Amino acid sequence: MSTEDRLYTLIAELTYLCPLRCAYCSNPTNLAAHPDRLSTADWLRVFAQAAELGALQLNLSGGEPLLRRDLEELVAGASALDFYSNLITSGLPLERERLVRLKDAGLSSVQVSIQDSQPAESDRIAGRNSFAQKLEVARWVKELDLPLTLNVVLHRQNLDRIAEIVALAERLNVDRLELANTQYLAWALENRSALLPSQAQLDAAREIAKAAKERLKGKIEVLFVLPDYYSDRPKACMSGWGKRYLLVTPDGLALPCHLAHSLPGLQFDNVQERSLDEIWRHSAAFAAFRGEAWMPEPCKSCDRRAIDFGGCRCQAFHLTGDAAATDPACGLSPKHGLISEARAAAQHPALIPLGLRYREMRR
Amino acid sequence: MSAEAPSLELKPKLAPKTKLRLDPKTNKYILLYPEKGLLLNPTGAAILKHCDGEQTLAVIIAALAVEFQGDAEVLRPEVLSFVQGLIDRGLLQAAP
Repeated sequence: MSTEDRLYTLIAELTYLCPLRCAYCSNPTNLAAHPDRLSTADWLRVFAQAAELGALQLNLSGGEPLLRRDLEELVAGASALDFYSNLITSGLPLERERLVRLKDAGLSSVQVSIQDSQPAESDRIAGRNSFAQKLEVARWVKELDLPLTLNVVLHRQNLDRIAEIVALAERLNVDRLELANTQYLAWALENRSALLPSQAQLDAAREIAKAAKERLKGKIEVLFVLPDYYSDRPKACMSGWGKRYLLVTPDGLALPCHLAHSLPGLQFDNVQERSLDEIWRHSAAFAAFRGEAWMPEPCKSCDRRAIDFGGCRCQAFHLTGDAAATDPACGLSPKHGLISEARAAAQHPALIPLGLRYREMRR
Repeated sequence: MSAEAPSLELKPKLAPKTKLRLDPKTNKYILLYPEKGLLLNPTGAAILKHCDGEQTLAVIIAALAVEFQGDAEVLRPEVLSFVQGLIDRGLLQAAP
C-alpha cells in the first residue's frame, strides 16, 4: 500500500434485494449467493472502522437500501460519525414519514433513480410500475430540504430523450443530475446488444448534456458520464483499485469495487472476521491490483498509467477472461477488437433486438 | 471558472448539499457534497467559515484581512475568484 492510498468513501451495499428488476443492474448476476448477513451492529462497526481509516463519504446503497428496516438506525450511526451520507435509492418502498425520520436521523442527501422521462418506458426498463412513486419521492426530498440527485442510467432505449430528462430534472428542481451511461458489466453485459447506443445517438446526447450543463451552471450540477465503449481510453475505475473506495456487500465481503467478487482467484475478506483496517492495509486481494507492478504492456510503459490505472479489472476479466489484462476499452489494448466489434454492431438499429433480460434472483 | 466577479454586497452561503468539516487525516478542512469533496487550503477554509448568508463579501474580506494580517486589496481578487468558482459549481449560494 502506498501512502497515496486513502479511503474516502465507504459504499455500503446493505442488501441486494430490490423491488425493481432493471436490465442493467450493477449487482452481480449471482446475487442470490450473497444474502443479507450483517446485523445492525455489524454495519455500525464497519462504519466506525471506515471512519477511523479516514472515510468521509458513506453511500447507503444496494439493491434497495430502504428494504433494511434498520436504515434509520444506520443513518443515525453514520451521522454520529460525521459522515456525509448519501441514500442511493429507487424510491420504493417509501412513505413520506419514513423519509422525515431518515432526515431527522441525519441523512445528508438522497439520490433517486428514474429509468426514463416517459412513465411507461421507465416502468418497462425497471420491470415494474414505479415511475409515479419515484417522482413523488423526489418531490418529498425537495419539500424536506434534503439535497436531491436524480440519476438516470443512459442507453440506446432512452438516450434520445435526454432533453426531456433534463427538463424533468429542472421541473423537479433537483440539485444534481447524474446522466450515467450504462457500464456494460453484470446484467448490463447480458443485455449489451439491446442497450449499447450508436455513435450518432451518443454525439447528439453529449451536445444536449453539454448545453444543459452550461445553461444550468450554479443551479443544477449536470454530470454526463461517457460510456467507455466510445471513449477510446478506459475509465479510472474506482479512482484506482483499493485507492479511494471500499465496498461492503450484504454478506460482509470487503471489496475494492462493485463486482470484484466476480473475479476468480481473489480471496476477499469478510468484515465479520477481520477489521476494515487489516483488510485495507494487508489483504492480498486489495494488494492484487494496487500500484503498477501487476500491469502488463501496453499499460506498464503508458504515460496514462497513473491517470486511468489500466481501467476496469472486472471489464478486463469479463471480456478477455484475464483480470490482469489491459481494459479492452482502451484503444491500445490488443483485445480492443472486442469493444470495436460491439460498437460496430450498435450502428445498425434495424438489426438490434430490443428485448431485455431482467434481473432475477436465480440460483 | 467564470470571468464575472461577484458583487461585494453579495452574502454567500454554503449550499444545503454541502458539509464543511475537518479531515482528521490531513488536518485540513474539506467541503463535502454528493460523491465528492474539495480539500481546502487555509484561506479557502477561512472564507467558507464566513459564508453564513449574513455577511457581505466586503465584510468577509475585511475580516480575513484581520485574520491573516494581510492587505484587503491583495486578498480581494483571490476571494472573489474563489467565491465565484464555488457559486458556478453550485456549492455556494449567493443571496443578493
